[in-house]
Amino acid sequence: MKPSDRIGISQGVKATETRERVVVRMAGDSGDGMQLAGSRFTDATAVFGNDLATLPDFPAEIRAPAGTVAGVSAFQIHFASRDIHTPGDAPDVLVAMNPAALRANLGLMRRGATILVNEDAFSVRAVQKAGYSESPLEDGSLDGFTVKRVPMSSLTSAAVKELDGVSSRDAQKAKNLFALGVLSWLYDRPTDVTEKWIRGKFRGPVLDANLAAFRAGWSFGETSELIDVQVKVGRNPEVEPGTYRNINGTEATALGLVAASLKSGLPLVFGAYPITPASDLLHSLSRRQDLGVRTIQAEDEIAAASMALGASFGGALGVTCTSGPGLDLKTETIGLAVMLELPLVVIDVQRAGPSTGMPTKTEQSDLLQALYGRHGESPLPVLAASSPGQCFDAVYEAARIAITYRTPVILLSDLFLANSSEPWRIPSAGGLAAIDPRLRTTCDGTFLPYARDDRLARPWAVPGTPGLAHRVGGLEKADGTGAISYDGANHARMTELRAAKVDGIEVPDVEVEGDGDLLVLGWGSSFGTIRAGARRVRDRGGRVATAHLTHLRPLPANLGEVLRSFERVLVPEMNSGQLAHELRAQYLVDVESFCKVQGQPLLPSELEREIWQRVS
Amino acid sequence: MAAGQLTKADFQSDQETRWCPGCGDYAILAAVQGFFPELGIPPERIVFVSGIGCAGRFAYYMDTYGMHGIHGRGPALATGLAAARDDLSIWVVTGDGDALSIGGNHLIHALRRNVPVKILLFNNQIYGLTKGQASPTSELGKVTKSTPFGSIDGPFNPVSLALGAEATFVARTIDTDKQHLPAVLRAAAEHDGAALIEIYQNCPVFNDGAFDALRDKTRGAVNRIYLEHGQPIQGVVRGADGALRLGSDGAPVVHDAHRDDPSFAFELSRLSASPDGPTPIGIFRDVARPVSGLELGRQLADARAAADDAALDAALSAGDTWTVS
Repeated sequence: MKPSDRIGISQGVKATETRERVVVRMAGDSGDGMQLAGSRFTDATAVFGNDLATLPDFPAEIRAPAGTVAGVSAFQIHFASRDIHTPGDAPDVLVAMNPAALRANLGLMRRGATILVNEDAFSVRAVQKAGYSESPLEDGSLDGFTVKRVPMSSLTSAAVKELDGVSSRDAQKAKNLFALGVLSWLYDRPTDVTEKWIRGKFRGPVLDANLAAFRAGWSFGETSELIDVQVKVGRNPEVEPGTYRNINGTEATALGLVAASLKSGLPLVFGAYPITPASDLLHSLSRRQDLGVRTIQAEDEIAAASMALGASFGGALGVTCTSGPGLDLKTETIGLAVMLELPLVVIDVQRAGPSTGMPTKTEQSDLLQALYGRHGESPLPVLAASSPGQCFDAVYEAARIAITYRTPVILLSDLFLANSSEPWRIPSAGGLAAIDPRLRTTCDGTFLPYARDDRLARPWAVPGTPGLAHRVGGLEKADGTGAISYDGANHARMTELRAAKVDGIEVPDVEVEGDGDLLVLGWGSSFGTIRAGARRVRDRGGRVATAHLTHLRPLPANLGEVLRSFERVLVPEMNSGQLAHELRAQYLVDVESFCKVQGQPLLPSELEREIWQRVS
Repeated sequence: MAAGQLTKADFQSDQETRWCPGCGDYAILAAVQGFFPELGIPPERIVFVSGIGCAGRFAYYMDTYGMHGIHGRGPALATGLAAARDDLSIWVVTGDGDALSIGGNHLIHALRRNVPVKILLFNNQIYGLTKGQASPTSELGKVTKSTPFGSIDGPFNPVSLALGAEATFVARTIDTDKQHLPAVLRAAAEHDGAALIEIYQNCPVFNDGAFDALRDKTRGAVNRIYLEHGQPIQGVVRGADGALRLGSDGAPVVHDAHRDDPSFAFELSRLSASPDGPTPIGIFRDVARPVSGLELGRQLADARAAADDAALDAALSAGDTWTVS
């Protein structure tokens, strides 16, 4: 902060400044409650009316040794008075609850940014545990940053010490609420949303302690000269009318599945085996018994998929969810679903691979596996969600295709989408297009289980239907009758039919935004980053077009024409160029790749740089 | 179709059976098709789910709903089906390789969960469809194509395994026993929850005669130790040391299939290590335990029936919301 900005402090009234957008990052030990503080700040920000995007960043270990860099957990939020698409690149403010949190996150910060540290946590021992030989508060390594040393632990203790029944442990655990209070004042967040949440979440002395800590943090912001300016980020006026909530990709996916079940009239049977980062979807759906959702925690990934498929055979919407290593195991069942031609929705919340890889880091590297990773000629539709809220539409579309075309569908999400959140305009149940499962219930003459309608979909006749008893299985089917067939010509015909059915699925055309000689084409969770990067270029007079794919098989019918209408096509991906590979194979277009496999989302600044390298 | 009028023909599909001549599967198929009319369940409410192996073909031959699944996954497919539908009679057909090797995990968990499926395990102690490799029930020292110097691995005892997996119904029968096999099927059908029925099944091509000590009329009469609930077990006594043993030197033992503690059934299962001598045949265990998801399924169906657009709207707009006009 420049000294000239420090005006109006007299009589306790602090200066304010208005910003269009701010990026805040909160970091602490994994036991410090940073995710909780971050999500509370997010809710208050959402209710206030900013556009926002968040990024939780968990450690791999559940409880790494306290105070170590490995145990640091962080939460980043980007909020603005205009529409934004990403959690931001460099934070404007870092809250560091201990030396390890500072050490783990300092590299993300630009010089000039503000760092709020919990000064109490910088003991000699804690500093050494974080790998510093000397306290970074004293050794000059933070020169160039605006460092605010706030004794958060002791101020929290002081705030709660008079309360009945509050232990010193309760006091220590409440310091995240103190930090939240400081931030809430600093950015002028509404406090009622947070206080209401605290009252609903906690009871007794813990409630008292958390409330007191939050208020103490707020008051500290308001009165301490350390915090010399309040930052205002106005509401985003360019928002479509409607009712909004803040939602992450996991919740949006869960709600999309529930909606697909209710709007198709099919019971939802969800089989899953715990795996990071997909387990949260199992947790979320397990709480939805009120809407008739049946979840099964299967003995393994194979069983989870098989249970979903068995349920589909019985007339349910069978869904299974996993991440990369689990998709490997489900492959066999997915192949069976291709042969049985029954609905099955497979959600792959991608993470960094191969093998166990980096389970808590994001990546988009399962695309080619989703498209091709099965033995035999085994085509199926593949979709990808593009933002946390869009997960709702994506999974609803996946279910619609699965049910309508009697096929397994793979929906690619990723860790970033699952955990990130954004404001979401709540759809109305009445406005969702119903999904007609067209169950076959009657038959004139001989029932042909592998006859096809005009979409090439076969009839779905479920057990219990008189007169339609039939057998399905993994052996090749005779066209029409579905009897076992080893006939070569029949196999060729069935292979063609299975592919033609998938490739005949109606997919909306890809839309191009902006113009220029360069097209930036993305898929999946890079949607926001690409838009943000392109906007920065356009804001500075550059010309660039963008487009995004949500359907990866079949691809939009106009895609080839679009690709050929640009001089250059840049495909940014969090893998080694998998979509680029596919586009080259399909369209013989010399696309260029921008690849990043660091376990972190693409950044708008990276996109901006890549685009500038290709436009003048 | 009025269930009372069902005949064996109602359960015979139009598919030509294609097992080897003399295969024990023919006898099992005939017994199952002969037994099902008396269940009184219309064919469309019955589902056969099978895995891979010679036994897997069984699903094609029953004129019911059927799914010929993937290797070892029959119990998992059936578990999903049972979760979706509580109005079906679901049967899984599997073999010793399918159930105990590649699908071992699914078998034990279906039993543990007490899923309402009846699992028919055709045990011929060999891999037949892949032409003669050792299976997880092949005896130690068995010479096969994959074990030319004799198997170095001991076999599973499927009944012991099922009991260890908390199965509530465990039985053993023999492919050619036209009285006993249907009787065991009937008891399994009447059992609420998962049932495992091991059926000794002769493979005339790759392991012929494996069960002759029991299938042969003369030797079988001596070696079959029939287990009947409430009846003394012939040829089994409790010795002075308290252990069950074969023979007559000790206290008589009365069979109790309903005992909650599985250790008695387990003791019985350990009386024979292989089917080449006296071997218990019948229902080892038949106890009541809550059936997986039975109550839950009904509650969920009610919840779903009541879930209208308003309920969905409420779920969509849960938590903190704000309105932009």
